[in-house]
Amino acid sequence: MDENVKPTMVLDLKGLLCPMPVVKIAGAIKKVDVGAIIEATATDPGVMADIPAWTKSTGNEMIKMEKEGKVITFWVKRLK
Amino acid sequence: MSDELEKCSLVVCSGDMDKVMAGFIIATTAASMGRDTSMFFTFWGLKAIQKGNPTGSTFFEKMLSVMNRGGIDRIGPSRLNFGGIGRWLFKKMMKDKGVTSLPELRQVAIDLGVHLLACQMSMDVMGIKREDLIDEVSDIVGAATYCNLALQGKTMFI
Repeated sequence: MDENVKPTMVLDLKGLLCPMPVVKIAGAIKKVDVGAIIEATATDPGVMADIPAWTKSTGNEMIKMEKEGKVITFWVKRLK
Repeated sequence: MSDELEKCSLVVCSGDMDKVMAGFIIATTAASMGRDTSMFFTFWGLKAIQKGNPTGSTFFEKMLSVMNRGGIDRIGPSRLNFGGIGRWLFKKMMKDKGVTSLPELRQVAIDLGVHLLACQMSMDVMGIKREDLIDEVSDIVGAATYCNLALQGKTMFI
């Protein structure tokens, strides 16, 4: 993994269903500095559409999203 | 930044589990997207923000409370409720799947700063008083206050 996706915070959202993953990531992003990255894991397939929708709406950056089995890992960067 | 964003407001006029749940899910999500979000509870919607105690002072108001008591734990699905069996079943199915329960969702909304507004006129009609509503209700208002909010952004009717 390259240097710029090194997370400042790691969040476990596994087992949570809509709307909680978005609610949790929204709460977490306020706790990190602008430019910081949050790495999160989830099991709700809904996050694949919802997290990008959330970053688009809040002006943050969706760096990448990976699915391995049932676990989805994504990296979000706080932009403002 | 939040000044530039449109507000989000929802009218909740239903006291059914499915509809109230949709209302709280959308409200908590909109609030998570940084929107100043308000929910206006009117008519049966008031059930979702009542403490759950018996209400009313006149005969009809008391009867209404006996037949259709408020409180978020008493809210049943709009279909297949079967006198409360449906409510129990849905609660169980949601718990088994790990879905956040209705009372928890309401608390999330409160924690996120969603404004809970109660309809003054509905409260008067049904004999529901301020002390019958949960403390977190931010205000008791009329349609003009709601319209003022609605005109500042997007509105949803539930």
